Amino acid sequence: MSFQSIQEMLNAEKQQGLPLWQIIMEEDARETGISAEESKARMSQLWGAMRAASREYEDSLRSTSGLVGGDGARMRDGIKQHEPICGEFIGLVIAQALQMAESNACMKRIVAAPTAGSCGVLPAVLLPYQSKHNIPDERMLESLYIAAGVGQIIATRACISGAEGGCQAEIGSASAMAAAAVVYLAGGDSDQSMQAGAIALKNLLGLVCDPVAGLVEVPCVKRNVIGAVNALSAADMALCGIQSVIPFDEVIDAMREVGSQMSPGLRETGEGGLAGSPTGIKIKKRVLPQR
Amino acid sequence: MNLFDILGPVMVGPSSSHTAGAVRIGYVARKLLGEFPKKAEILLHGSFATTGTGHGTDKALISGLLGMQPDDIRIPQSFELARAQGMEFSFGTVALRDVHPNTALLRLTGENGKQLEITASSLGGGRIKVIEIDGIRSSFTGEAPTLIVHNLDRPGLVAEVTSLLYNQSINIATMQLYRNRRGGTAVMIIETDQLINRKAVEAFEKIKGIVKVTYLD
Ligand code: SF4
Repeated sequence: MSFQSIQEMLNAEKQQGLPLWQIIMEEDARETGISAEESKARMSQLWGAMRAASREYEDSLRSTSGLVGGDGARMRDGIKQHEPICGEFIGLVIAQALQMAESNACMKRIVAAPTAGSCGVLPAVLLPYQSKHNIPDERMLESLYIAAGVGQIIATRACISGAEGGCQAEIGSASAMAAAAVVYLAGGDSDQSMQAGAIALKNLLGLVCDPVAGLVEVPCVKRNVIGAVNALSAADMALCGIQSVIPFDEVIDAMREVGSQMSPGLRETGEGGLAGSPTGIKIKKRVLPQR
Repeated sequence: MNLFDILGPVMVGPSSSHTAGAVRIGYVARKLLGEFPKKAEILLHGSFATTGTGHGTDKALISGLLGMQPDDIRIPQSFELARAQGMEFSFGTVALRDVHPNTALLRLTGENGKQLEITASSLGGGRIKVIEIDGIRSSFTGEAPTLIVHNLDRPGLVAEVTSLLYNQSINIATMQLYRNRRGGTAVMIIETDQLINRKAVEAFEKIKGIVKVTYLD
């Protein structure tokens, strides 16, 4: 996809009078030299893989380090015992985010979206929403194109890896992608989708990447929860007509700027932040082979 | 970068660089060896050495050597699978100079006695780069069909190889030449737009001065 900005993408929609997801799909298919059918078949495969990954969660899974596993099951069962403060729907979203991120940490098959560490955000928003509103898969694929289009512009203008831009670039980007997608599913227009994306990214700006012992486990698993819940609150704001004062493209540029100002210790090196806390250091000594 | 670099790959977790990329390194090494590796000595560098176990980098490398792709759900069991197939393997650490933090060096011996030593880095997002092959510097990703020719450093060999490719209507996308010293052994690494058939690869092996030909499709 050759769009360099969200604005350019929205302009193309106005000019061509086609749905935004279709413009994103066609633009990408043209660039990569595949047909629209091939593109859709691939997206459908990805969606199938995401759903399969959700089904294949196992309560008993634990990561090699033993740090994570089982929380997704705890959440799923807990919300049956007592009404969650956030309400049932958000309860399911939290459970799904934890489960997918735990599956990743435990070497199960997942779909990177946009990264493996942030793979729980998008499915945690999309899967519960689909089952609550009985949305056909066809429409889910359309929402995935919108998510991917947003993600690609973030990747082009800024970055999507914790090593480059901190966790705001991973969980923040995933959250913006999910927010834009779910607004589409809820019947919002493209401008509202992008307002939601902007708000979601803004609200996670500055988030550092500080994985304990350098492993994609702590705080990564629970960060997927804030990515998903943040996407939903941003989507609700946008659907009520609330706008981001700072345009989406400028938010993305600010994210890049913030990322480049983060010290290396806060960019996936497993040194600063939570990784550098006394407990983080103790865990690191325990789980990493001594050299 | 396209949409499916953003959504995807479908992969076994937990890390696209430490797990998916490591599977790719093993896979490309296996392809380059061209036969089942009965012995593998693997040395991990940098972040691969420190956080590799927690990220399953070791299991991922062995999976690749068994011919698995990054989305293979058998990756966590690769050690057992490799032992069952009679592969002997060991892991160690190494400090290499001026390389990407996620780098591995593999010394392989195939079931028919072929030997290969490669060093490769995982660049992120599951993409990799082979940076050294049999002691000679290189740079290729394994994403396009790649022909690797070890030859004596003599005039005319490059022309012979490229004209053979031309005769097969194969277009060269990139070409790199490396050698250990003047008049010693040299390596040509040629990435092509089209696949090269087996017969053509064998024809390369018959050219005088060519020591070893490896093809990766
Ligand atoms: S803390 Fe770092 S490794 Fe963990 S999810 Fe965030 S960006 Fe990824």
